[in-house]
Amino acid sequence: MSLRTSRPARAGQYAALLCYLVFLAFPFLWLISTAFKPAPELGSLHPTWIPENPTLDNFRQAFDEQPLLRAAGNSLIAALSAGVIAVVIATPMAYVMARHRSRLSTAATGWVVVSQAFPFVLLIIPLFLVLKYLHLINSLWGLIMVYVVWSLPFALWMLVGYVRAVPPELEEAAAVDGADRLRILVSVTAPLLAPGIVATALFAFITAWNEFFFALVLLKTPEKQTLPVVLTHFLGAEGASDLGPLAAAAFLATLPSLVLFAVIQRRITGGMLAGAVKS
Amino acid sequence: MTLANATVQSGRHGPPGSPRGKQSGQINRNAGTWFLVLPALIPILVLSVGPLLYGIALAFTDSQSGRTRSTQWVGVLNFQDLLHDGLFWESFRIGLFWAVGVTVPQFVLALGLALLLNENLRMRWLARALAIIPWAMPEVVVGIMWRLVYNPDAGILNETIRDLGLGDGRDWLTGLATALPAVIVVGIWAGMPQTTVALLAGLQNTPHELHEAAALDGAGAWRRFRTVTWPALRPVALSITALNFIWNFNSFALVYVLTNGGPGGRTRLPMLFAYEEAFRYGQFGYAAAMGCVMVAVISVILAVYLAGRLRGGEDR
Repeated sequence: MSLRTSRPARAGQYAALLCYLVFLAFPFLWLISTAFKPAPELGSLHPTWIPENPTLDNFRQAFDEQPLLRAAGNSLIAALSAGVIAVVIATPMAYVMARHRSRLSTAATGWVVVSQAFPFVLLIIPLFLVLKYLHLINSLWGLIMVYVVWSLPFALWMLVGYVRAVPPELEEAAAVDGADRLRILVSVTAPLLAPGIVATALFAFITAWNEFFFALVLLKTPEKQTLPVVLTHFLGAEGASDLGPLAAAAFLATLPSLVLFAVIQRRITGGMLAGAVKS
Repeated sequence: MTLANATVQSGRHGPPGSPRGKQSGQINRNAGTWFLVLPALIPILVLSVGPLLYGIALAFTDSQSGRTRSTQWVGVLNFQDLLHDGLFWESFRIGLFWAVGVTVPQFVLALGLALLLNENLRMRWLARALAIIPWAMPEVVVGIMWRLVYNPDAGILNETIRDLGLGDGRDWLTGLATALPAVIVVGIWAGMPQTTVALLAGLQNTPHELHEAAALDGAGAWRRFRTVTWPALRPVALSITALNFIWNFNSFALVYVLTNGGPGGRTRLPMLFAYEEAFRYGQFGYAAAMGCVMVAVISVILAVYLAGRLRGGEDR
């Protein structure tokens, strides 16, 4: 804002911003600090911010205690499949929703809004019964199906925004040149949408990677469980000696989504800003 | 977010090239449209809309897991039982307290942060980056992280309290009086990014000239906020608050990891209660009825809230 702000007001703003920075950062810094502390320091009654003898033992121990690698593999498969399948089926529908105003797109928009409001328990019980009937309980494929549908509302919402950003005049020009609808979609619109499609897929990936409730209900055996579910196994024993591996595993599980989020963050917030400005 | 977008969706483009070629183009276009829509529509109908209706139907049955007897219609029996289930209403009350307790402070804090981020401050980029972290983290990790913070001996919170000479600290997550406030703080922390980003989007939508005009007229910061910023921000604020309230009321993972509903049920949110009923005790029909009651009550609360706020908007 170019408005002139008085000096005391500016100082107050910086003080407030500093408070926010501390509030937002301190739990995360504490997680990292705990992850690198050796057992004696974790047992100390006066914990410190900086580990005096930083160690990687907690990470080694975390991998020994729980099947983290396999869990990460399961999470990767589930999240990757969900992300790819979601955008492949959502992109054409988002295109129709953005370009045609029909009863279908009104209904779809309504569903996108309403689906946010339902408590998952109302959805998970019937899904559990259906997947059980299909022998897809304790199967990553059952979970992937659920993740795809679960990420569709947000994927549609993001993609509709991206389609709107492509000027329809480009498509009309191609239509005048005699290209049919599918041709236009594939050769004119899709390339312009590509960055948006990638961002949407990554976002669906992150939500699936982080998801807990459906995975908790649908995956029964440790061999099939995803990372968030396996992380909760560390919580079983309450002893102080488990804090280190717990922190180490939790920190590792966060890294992929943090990195990906940093990559697409601008697009998500940027898309949001664009959407707000255009209305 | 989605509600805000719904308003964006209306208007703007008509179908491209629709006025011409009406007879010949029409059939082709519809056929092509269905071809594009079906891949997403079928999964939505089969795995989302269908189960939802099935779930509502289950609420009127005695469906249980692992039972040999076939499931029967029992009418409103589950709902009658729920009416007398003190534990459920207790958890419902906790859920409402939690949802309001998270949503309101979260909105106030996020608004403050959004206003700051909208200013030309030096550490803005750092705050933006940090504000994203809770958003990108798995809820399970957020819960684990705060358990480390709240840990009575090895946690930083009690250590800070000891350093400041404010006593010995306490066992936050297992204390009857402190557990719910402690998880509410985590809820506020975890949901701040989305709210902040949505409000920031709304702020950047405010016409800048109005601010300058108001400033020239001698309006102070508070007057400018009240007369220029807030009216423009109102639609975004309204929809993000409504959505946050619903999300918070329906939340599960955070509290499951932090306290698993304890101590003594003090943090047992409705979703935790319904989850236990369905997947620990196998009472599918009863748990589905709980879900229905949750939806119904939330819808009524939201309708009243939205009607009230919208009417307030017209009075201006």
